[in-house]
Amino acid sequence: MGTTTATHSGEINYINEFKGLKSWFTSLDHKRIGLMYMISVMFFFLLGGLAALLLRLELLKPGGQFLTPDQYNQVLTYHGAIMVFMVIIPGIPAVLGNFFLPLHIGAKDVAFPRLNLASWYVFMFGALLAASTMFTSKIDTGWTFYTPYSIKTGTAVVTMVLAAFIMGMSSILTGLNFIVTVHKLRAPGMTMHRMPLFVWALYSTAILQVLATPVLGITLLLLVAERTLGVGIFDPALGGDPVLFQHFFWFYSHPAVYIMILPAMGVVSELITTFSKKTIFGYTAIAYSSLGIAGVSFFVWGHHMFVSGQSEIAGIVFSFITMLVGVPTAIKMFNWLATLYKGSISFQSPMLYAMGFMFLFAIGGVTGIMLAVLATDVHFHDTYFVVAHFHYVMVGGTLMALMGGFYYWFPKMFGKMYNESLARLTFIFIFVGFNVTFFPQFILGAMGMPRRYFDYIPAYQSLNAISTVGSWLIGTGFLLSLYVLVQGLRKGEKAPANPWGSKTLEWTVPSPPIHTNFEVDPIVKAGPYEYK
Amino acid sequence: MFWLNLAHAESLMPTAATDVAAQVDNLYKFLLISSFISCAILIGGMIFFAMKYKRKTDNDKTAYITHNTFLEFLWSFIPLVIFLGVFGWGWHIYHQMRHMPENGLEIHVTGKQWAWEVQYKSGVKTANLVVVPIDTDVKLILNSMDVIHSFYVPSFRIKQDAVPGRYTALTFNANKLGDFHIFCTEYCGTQHSGMIGTLKVVSKEDYDKWLEEESKVSTLPLAQRGEKLFQVKACAGCHSASDMSVKVGPTLYKKFGAEEELNDGQKLKVDENYVRDSILNPNTHIVKGFQANVMPSFQGQLSEVELSALIEYIKTLK
Ligand code: HEC
Ligand SMILES: [Cu+2]
Repeated sequence: MGTTTATHSGEINYINEFKGLKSWFTSLDHKRIGLMYMISVMFFFLLGGLAALLLRLELLKPGGQFLTPDQYNQVLTYHGAIMVFMVIIPGIPAVLGNFFLPLHIGAKDVAFPRLNLASWYVFMFGALLAASTMFTSKIDTGWTFYTPYSIKTGTAVVTMVLAAFIMGMSSILTGLNFIVTVHKLRAPGMTMHRMPLFVWALYSTAILQVLATPVLGITLLLLVAERTLGVGIFDPALGGDPVLFQHFFWFYSHPAVYIMILPAMGVVSELITTFSKKTIFGYTAIAYSSLGIAGVSFFVWGHHMFVSGQSEIAGIVFSFITMLVGVPTAIKMFNWLATLYKGSISFQSPMLYAMGFMFLFAIGGVTGIMLAVLATDVHFHDTYFVVAHFHYVMVGGTLMALMGGFYYWFPKMFGKMYNESLARLTFIFIFVGFNVTFFPQFILGAMGMPRRYFDYIPAYQSLNAISTVGSWLIGTGFLLSLYVLVQGLRKGEKAPANPWGSKTLEWTVPSPPIHTNFEVDPIVKAGPYEYK
Repeated sequence: MFWLNLAHAESLMPTAATDVAAQVDNLYKFLLISSFISCAILIGGMIFFAMKYKRKTDNDKTAYITHNTFLEFLWSFIPLVIFLGVFGWGWHIYHQMRHMPENGLEIHVTGKQWAWEVQYKSGVKTANLVVVPIDTDVKLILNSMDVIHSFYVPSFRIKQDAVPGRYTALTFNANKLGDFHIFCTEYCGTQHSGMIGTLKVVSKEDYDKWLEEESKVSTLPLAQRGEKLFQVKACAGCHSASDMSVKVGPTLYKKFGAEEELNDGQKLKVDENYVRDSILNPNTHIVKGFQANVMPSFQGQLSEVELSALIEYIKTLK
């Protein structure tokens, strides 16, 4: 590690205690690793976002604009794969979770700091390997790698799939680390029921990461074996079953949906309590509904396959269980609503994002029910209705929460305040742009426009054009966010220890915290939301 | 709004052209209304509380409410009942979609990159065109030659994957005359979005007439048979025949007799043998500016007569 130096402001914290790039790349500090993840995720978000803008631009009008169909399919694949594997899955747990899980429970670090650093390296290795295919033969399978297309196509499927396998490894390591941290490193007095709900959410997510990701790993390895050795598991030409791949794939990827959304729900619980200065309504219900969702989410994968040729009875069972997973989600929404009741609500930017989350997630939720109902799903499946639905959940949900959490914890992470009015402006751009982009896609889907379409019939023109314009608003919003970040880092005022008046432990230490988080080991005497 | 009508879309859904489609729409309407009410409660409630309890001073007193068992029971139980209700309703309709008729009109539909091949029991073949009589139970037996495709008719609200190596099936009973779109909804590569067909619902008399005319194709002059085959074998999806425009493959307009430059710089005259090679072994000569392995080989899929018919047809494109 580098050398300890005194700083001009006189205070020593985790950022200035050690100097030099080497001190970052070898740091075992969960906060520094969180920031390293943040920079990586931001980079890939930029890449995935550019791909999204390209796709929307191509779809502005029917017919080819400036991409060939093959190029379009490649851009589409990179957009999906990057956003899922390199942005949304690591987004909240590896960035905000890494930084705040130990602070939340009064620990000095995660249970296995070295493993934590290793998981960043593993992630980066996988992510760069995935990105490297852009310079070779590219990939055009869509992020779902469905067989037998992924067996037949002449693109870099093997490299990409191995990259996803490696990133999955990193996800497992992070999950394992978090589970042990939650069980073993809670400060004296921090009982499970005194943990902030963000910790509960990370804990449920970690369980999913550890249990579900290995299945993806095996599936991807089988796909590699299929392509390189022709073993005949998925390829019908060799007696394999291509639909089996879908079962395996969704057995991971449906729980993965909750890997993406549960942490977001945790962040929103923190934001809503803080900015309404009120204890959370139904702590136990929210905490255990996370676990409930995690458990049930293992048994709903077949709802992605109602028209795949799976039996009618399987369809019925999966539709039924999917309805059951809807209930805990509804419970959470009502709990947040009830938390606002008789609160003292301030509209600072993190809260705007939290309310944006509730708005968009409500729409994402009800349209999810429409997709879980068998008869309507047959019509909507693989149309733009699905595209709109999962963007409302993944972007409207997870990304909104990530942005809200980012603005909420920015002062703690960097010890600076950002420009609040500009931050509110980013919300307006992103929120409005999001609805302009994705709401028309519900209508397009209901009208029958299939997804992953390079070209479309003229009837779908107007709504596609509106959607494309929306994407420019979202792009502006995120560029502005980048500016707010840079400006806050360079010129921001010094942040107090607790700018929002929150009650959780991380706000009891200076901003930014010291290397070991707490000067004196905290002893916890009350729950996380004691606004009395 | 004219652009909605163009897609057979009224009130934001394509024309419902079967009984089942109308049932799906009723369920969808119910879902829309109940979703609207739920969102009004959640989002409206959020905005209402946010306005009503807006922060006035930094020392506002807030209520300390940890839970309310009755309310929590209500908002778990009511959604559960609604969810189970729509689940049952959806199942009921889905069951009708999946229930195959005993004596329906059976048609084989095979997906391939990137066309739908349709085969009637009488031997009639079409591509990207399914003609069916009105008010008749129809069963489509689906299969795929390469990757997974999905047969989707928005106006019928039905969709079924066509999987290589097995048969899947789809049934409907159309109650409206007209042309309806067939889309492929399972991503299948380059021309996925171009894999569009027409489902034509005609009267029973017109159906019989059409079937008879189609069966007569074998007595037509060669070039006319070739023209039909050009559609049926989906050559038309990749090659234009009436102008110089380039689709996936080069145009065949004014091609016969001309000189063709190949990828390796070689120049060849387009004669009968060249065309024959291009169809049976497309990878032997690759036209300049195009890729190998795009055009599938038609080896074993065309009889000698059919091959000659295609060549005679290509000769007439001037
Ligand atoms: C999937 C798209 C596709 C389909 C379907 C297809 N072709 Fe082609 N065809 C191509 C491409 C691409 C080329 C150029 C590359 C090559 O020479 O193989 C080509 C080349 C040709 C050529 C040589 C043209 C020249 O300019 O020299 C002929 C003739 C031809 N195709 C005829 C046919 C016929 C007849 C059919 C239907 C039985 C057919 N093709 C179906 C894509 C297709
Ligand atoms: Cu297809």
